[in-house]
Amino acid sequence: MTDEEARSVVRALLHEVAPDADLDSVGSDATLQESLGLDSLDFLAFVDRLHERTGIEIPERDYPRLLTIDDCVSFLVSATGREQSTT
Amino acid sequence: MERFATIRKLRSGNASVPNMTDYVTERARFSWDEARRSLDGLPGGQGLNIAHETVDRHASGGRRSHVALRCLPRHGARTEVSYGELARRSSQFANALDGLGVTRADRVFVLMPRTSWLYVSVIGALKHRCVVSPLFAAFGPEPIRERLALGGARVLVTTPDLYRQRVAPIRRLLPELRHVLVATSELAAGPLRETATAIPGTLDMALLLEGASDTYVIGHTDPEDLALIHFTSGTSGPPKGALHVHDAIVSHDATARIALDLRPDDVYWCTADPGWVTGTSYGIVAPLAQGVTSVVDEGGFDAERWYGVLESEGVTVWYTSPTALRMLMAAGSEMARGHDLSRLRFVATVGEPLGPEVVVWSEDTLGVPAHDTWWQTETGAIMVANYACMDIRPGSMGRPFPGVVATVLARDDQGNVLLNADGTAVEAEAGFDGELAMRPSWPSMFRGYLGDDERYQACFSKGWYLTGDLARRDADGYFWFVGRSDDVIKSAGHLIGPFEVESVLMEHPAVAEAGVIGIPDPMAGEIVKAFVSLEPGYEAGDDLRLELLGFARKRLGPTMAPREIAFDQQLPHTASGKVMRRLLRSREPGLARGGTATTEEGP
Repeated sequence: MTDEEARSVVRALLHEVAPDADLDSVGSDATLQESLGLDSLDFLAFVDRLHERTGIEIPERDYPRLLTIDDCVSFLVSATGREQSTT
Repeated sequence: MERFATIRKLRSGNASVPNMTDYVTERARFSWDEARRSLDGLPGGQGLNIAHETVDRHASGGRRSHVALRCLPRHGARTEVSYGELARRSSQFANALDGLGVTRADRVFVLMPRTSWLYVSVIGALKHRCVVSPLFAAFGPEPIRERLALGGARVLVTTPDLYRQRVAPIRRLLPELRHVLVATSELAAGPLRETATAIPGTLDMALLLEGASDTYVIGHTDPEDLALIHFTSGTSGPPKGALHVHDAIVSHDATARIALDLRPDDVYWCTADPGWVTGTSYGIVAPLAQGVTSVVDEGGFDAERWYGVLESEGVTVWYTSPTALRMLMAAGSEMARGHDLSRLRFVATVGEPLGPEVVVWSEDTLGVPAHDTWWQTETGAIMVANYACMDIRPGSMGRPFPGVVATVLARDDQGNVLLNADGTAVEAEAGFDGELAMRPSWPSMFRGYLGDDERYQACFSKGWYLTGDLARRDADGYFWFVGRSDDVIKSAGHLIGPFEVESVLMEHPAVAEAGVIGIPDPMAGEIVKAFVSLEPGYEAGDDLRLELLGFARKRLGPTMAPREIAFDQQLPHTASGKVMRRLLRSREPGLARGGTATTEEGP
């Protein structure tokens, strides 16, 4: 997955979980919970959707790698890259 | 039930002895009058005031330099506040209120995250004999406006961010709100200065305090004087303001000692938000009354960080929610094994039923079993609990607090309390479902709903307080939660009134009608689901669904807003024309509650 593809997946899923969040008005370093107003159940819903949409396993220990939009993008890019290299 | 064996409380020789060593003995000897005697009372026989019992009496005695609050801000360094400093700061706040012309019985609302300012403002306002009402910081503008208006708020304490996002847009609708005080970060950070003065219509808390005297003599306070208003959601109508008095401190102090087993050198952590009754009763009042050190964590749930807090702060007593424990459970026991949790002595939960598997997980993973407690906004303090000295039957809410008489009342098909020939209520036999009820006699019992005596009176029948929860009692007197008797939703420890959510959805031009129910969720217990029918000219689809979700979240905040929305042009109705939530529930897969009744009396 390219950086751009990952970003569009992340933004689409964030919009599904928190359609009230104004993704255009915050920087890509905005934190999901504080800047976009996701609560902990929203965050779990977001992680679930991320897994459903991409097939990537996201164990709880990786949650700290998903604090900001940029974090999520790099996580997706590196996780999909890893899968491609092993298949 | 049998899948989960009773957890025995066998004490080995070197284990610590709990404050209550035998439930039956304590129940026989306990009296509220005696419990009241363990408090000071105001000097000179001037009555009973929560602020004195929680802070001033420790500050003027041997615990002056004992740490009251260990604050872990979201950003920045950890700070500590002693009982002595909390006494001084809260006195400054009381004097500052006085300087603003705020008087006894004025309503002071607090919309704050967990910081030391929260404690300073709540305790300071109680010193000044104001009536304090805490609000949930994740509420959207509409629930905030409604509660400030209903409660006649004269003063609001909040942060610059919360003010800008949630209050400024509704300020003009609140003519009675005279003063908005803003504070950010921790006490030690000092005034906001430039940032605060940039917000018109607000005052900088830190600046106000700088100029105020740090001594304050609390005036005569009758134990029956109003101290706190906690808003809670009902099935229908606006939120209800449950009225609590200063005498409630007697319950908080006794339950902290007996149900939470708090001892003077404990490090205590209550994770509840201060905007809900647990965050006030057991986040502020009870631990301070006991003179212990509280961990005040501003951040939200994060499994790894929470284990870190338990370990690095050396937490000994932990009061949290079943949802939080389920989330930790989902994170896996491996994460817990990376932390030294050996200081943890007692874990309790509140807010929703605690499943037996979580109790067992807690014993295996945290090293101590989780003790469920049951109480609600109206009761003000713990009513039914599992105790340190008592065997746990996993899944049970435990047994009534020593000074509390609880029962299960038998109900007819309509949900009314069944009566004996002599007019008394019929108590259900062991093993039968009914409504959980108590004899109102404990100090923290609410004294009414703000401006709504009719709803208050409806909470009682034949001398019993009706809790709205369905339960059963086993042959040994352990109580088991069965469900709600009304439509109120319990989600992640929060009580959500469907009416408030439906009202907001119906403000959207596309929505003709809405019905809101709770549906089961493995993590939160229940989540909010809305069924909506549309006005002509609107088309059901993903775009509209997301628009409605966003609309509701903006106004209600993420906690109260629906997490699911379904379109249904044929919503079922009661004879009186209201949406029949019970039938909506019965249509949901896996929801047996409510059956297939085709008629339902609307309230």
